[in-house]
Amino acid sequence: MDPILTLENVEVKFQTLAGMVNAVNGVSYSVEAGKTLGIVGESGCGKSVSMLTVMRLIPDPPGKITAGKIFFKGQDLLAISEEKMEHIRGSEIGMVFQDPMTSLNPVLTIGRQIGEAMMVHNGFSREQADARTIELLNMVGIGNPEQRIKEYPHQFSGGMRQRAGIAMALACVPDILIADEPTTALDVTIQAQIVELTKRLQKELGMAVIWISHDLGVIAELADRVIVMYAGYVVEEADVFALYENPSHPYTLSLLKSLPRVDDSGGERLTTIPGFPPDGITVMPGCPFAPRCSFAVEHCQKENPPLELVDHDHKIACWVDVKTGTERSL
Amino acid sequence: MIGTAESEVIKIQEEFKTEALTPGQLMRMRFRRHKMAVFGLVMLVVLILYSFGGSLFFTEADANFTNTKERLSAPSAAHPFGTDTIGRDILIRTIYGGQISLLIGLAAVVVEVFLGVLIGAIAGYYGGWIDGLLMRFTEAMFNIPQLFLLLVMAKFFGRSVPDINLFGRQFSGSVVVIIVIIGLTSWMYLARIVRANFLSLKEREFVLAAHTTGTSNSSIIFQHILPNSIAPIIVSGTLSVANAILAEAYISFLGLGVKPPTATWGNMLEGAYNYVETAPWLWIFPGLLIVLTVLSINFVGDGLRDAVDPHALIDAG
Amino acid sequence: MTRYIIRRILQAIPLLFIISVLLFVLMINTGDPLSTMGGRRVTRPADRERLSRQLGLDQPIYKQYLFWLIGNDWTNVDVDGDGIAETTGIRKGILRGDFGTSITQRGKEVTDIILERLPNTLILMIPAEIIIIILSLAVGIYSALRQYSISDHIITGLSFIGYSMPIFFIALLSMYIFGVNFKQWGLPYLPTVGMFDPKIGRTIGQVLLHMILPIFSLTVITAAGYSRFVRSQMLEVISEDYIRTARAKGLPKRMVITGHALKNAALPLVTIVGLDIPLLLGGAVVTETIFAWPGMGRLFIDHLSRSDTPVVMGILMMISVAVILSQLITDIIYAWLDPRIRYS
Repeated sequence: MDPILTLENVEVKFQTLAGMVNAVNGVSYSVEAGKTLGIVGESGCGKSVSMLTVMRLIPDPPGKITAGKIFFKGQDLLAISEEKMEHIRGSEIGMVFQDPMTSLNPVLTIGRQIGEAMMVHNGFSREQADARTIELLNMVGIGNPEQRIKEYPHQFSGGMRQRAGIAMALACVPDILIADEPTTALDVTIQAQIVELTKRLQKELGMAVIWISHDLGVIAELADRVIVMYAGYVVEEADVFALYENPSHPYTLSLLKSLPRVDDSGGERLTTIPGFPPDGITVMPGCPFAPRCSFAVEHCQKENPPLELVDHDHKIACWVDVKTGTERSL
Repeated sequence: MIGTAESEVIKIQEEFKTEALTPGQLMRMRFRRHKMAVFGLVMLVVLILYSFGGSLFFTEADANFTNTKERLSAPSAAHPFGTDTIGRDILIRTIYGGQISLLIGLAAVVVEVFLGVLIGAIAGYYGGWIDGLLMRFTEAMFNIPQLFLLLVMAKFFGRSVPDINLFGRQFSGSVVVIIVIIGLTSWMYLARIVRANFLSLKEREFVLAAHTTGTSNSSIIFQHILPNSIAPIIVSGTLSVANAILAEAYISFLGLGVKPPTATWGNMLEGAYNYVETAPWLWIFPGLLIVLTVLSINFVGDGLRDAVDPHALIDAG
Repeated sequence: MTRYIIRRILQAIPLLFIISVLLFVLMINTGDPLSTMGGRRVTRPADRERLSRQLGLDQPIYKQYLFWLIGNDWTNVDVDGDGIAETTGIRKGILRGDFGTSITQRGKEVTDIILERLPNTLILMIPAEIIIIILSLAVGIYSALRQYSISDHIITGLSFIGYSMPIFFIALLSMYIFGVNFKQWGLPYLPTVGMFDPKIGRTIGQVLLHMILPIFSLTVITAAGYSRFVRSQMLEVISEDYIRTARAKGLPKRMVITGHALKNAALPLVTIVGLDIPLLLGGAVVTETIFAWPGMGRLFIDHLSRSDTPVVMGILMMISVAVILSQLITDIIYAWLDPRIRYS
């Protein structure tokens, strides 16, 4: 299947008081139509920024897209006009955000907020939009939609708000749904519901989904393919099964090891990754993960490893083979 | 590295880190980048030098020297700012008037800060009915427009203090009255800020800790909580100086403020509207000085406010 | 929301009460009504005693306050000053709208005096307030959308200068430029004195013409200040998450500003406007004095300078009530406009 979205060497920087932050460093990956890509990483690794870049919603100033191309349906999104981009946003690519409390406008009705994308992109009238909104609310599992479209966000619960957010993103039936940590701010039971909802909607509507999270458990449930990001770089990319059964990058390994598991024998300390995540401003020679890596060798401190194919569909950016503990022969 | 302890890892990472800025450095950096604030500061220094340094060149007697033959004369070499309705040199009067106007502004704020902090701290710290009562009182005062209150109080108490001799200057006792009443009518805004600050700070752990070690209430208020509220007090206090100067100017302009012959920038404008056509220099010069002073203070206050604001972290290049 | 309204009204009542006490205390301590009676000095102790009994000044403070508040027509007072209260009082108290009689305008009811001049002040204040709101919104939003641009810097600079000026300076300046200089330069000029030209009479055209300069003076300062406020509100709103969501839906920029940002940014302005009323009233005092406008502000100054306490206190009380009322109204309007409060 042809990828519907391809990022090529995208670089994004932010000018801050403390210095220039390298948020995204030459990142490349693609998303296949109808499939789900999971992006995993700690806060600050660049996963959200790369998605905002796709939507060209990076605030400038202080952010700047300094390099790269993003291909969507044959066009480089970074090269088209803002007007064209506005047409694509909402109608062909939809986005759901992390915090349902602040992502909805408190002074507009839910009906208006879900309906306006349809009115703008599909030329619907107020009545048509309302009718379709009621359908959408049903689809995302919000009861009594006729009443709900007249209500305001503060009258919804957290989980319902996020469902409304999803309905809003899907209103024009986009080809891609980008979900930026949509369940992080919700409690676990609601989280499960939203994940289920997304899986069902994807089957029904056939769209591609990009799901960003730092929660490996959620990614395992949803994704077909996963990329792992660290310090603005992609460090591992693989099919979901391959990643979880055969993690090949030290960072991925540490992430998986630090997950508490049901079958752990109690009494063992949880493994953490020593040190702290990079601030994005400090530029160190070599691999950004090297100081915290338990497999690092001398080469790691001198040169930053590129992202390479190591197996049939599995890419990593590392000099070392984690199974043997020695440097990989190329 | 294999087997490296966490502390070692952190040490290695820290080596490469860029120097983090201390909050003080950050503040000063932000203030300096606020070009208007720096300009305001410079302007203020110039004005202060003008008012206080200018007295080295002219005596107070010069300021009050009347010469009716030269009344209402336009700016000239002899009188660069012209003369007023009874022949006094306006330039010299603006110098001495500036001293009073600035003095009143500063002193009134001292009164205001004292009252505001006291009331706000007590209300915020003790809470309960004390808070309720003080806040009702504050709100009531807030609702009476300041200018009207000032005018009434100035009218009726203006003569209650005799003339004063201070720092070699002789000025009308109404100056003291004005200072007090401006302070008495301006503290409410600050009281609210301080109270809000205290309400939130008193729940913090360091206060709890102080309680458990038996520190007295007044000690907690003044030595523990208050230092943490300094920033908004400073910002508000700075901007209040501008308001105080304006307040004095307003009531002096209306003839109920500082009594002549003691000059203030405000009372030099008294009745000037009768001479708009014939003698604009009567009000242009003192008026401009007021505007410049208030403007500079506003710039500086704005800069201070940005400097202490923890939210402003991202530079916009 | 009705609960909110009721609560606010109930909060306002003790406030009014406290204000009345404060003003009463002020009134008691200011001036010596005995000495201003009829402009003649009352020196003989017997006369002073009689007068003070007639004026009810020998009564305990709380009784004086009570009479001031609810009048004395329900009890007997000492009218002839002989120490025996045998006639029914005629005062109805401020709660029933009776603020006493003026000292300088003998026998005229304070309420009448004030109401005569009140409309003139309103003619200035109401259009001024409307212009302020429109101007602040327009300039503030324009400025916010062009943050860091040259026009933003210029507007910011001008705004700073604007609200650093005392109102009399602006009034004098505008008088000078538009009244005096325009006349000198042969341009059509604006009148600077009074409400209308007595030779032409009190026509609508005349009043409108005379309104221009005073209203200009009243609006410049406040509009400069508020436009900064609107600007900062707008900037804050623009950086909110829901604006990002609106943009992520592909809404055109104009729609994001007007449909999403505006309402959130303008809402706090409602509250601010409510707080502006006292300032506007104060500004009216200066403006009316400079432009010889026959309004309540000038009335206040005139009667204050002649120590006419009843009129002065009457105005003070009325103004304070007006301030509280306007705050109440703006709070209610705000609650109605903000769905988070309306539908809580």
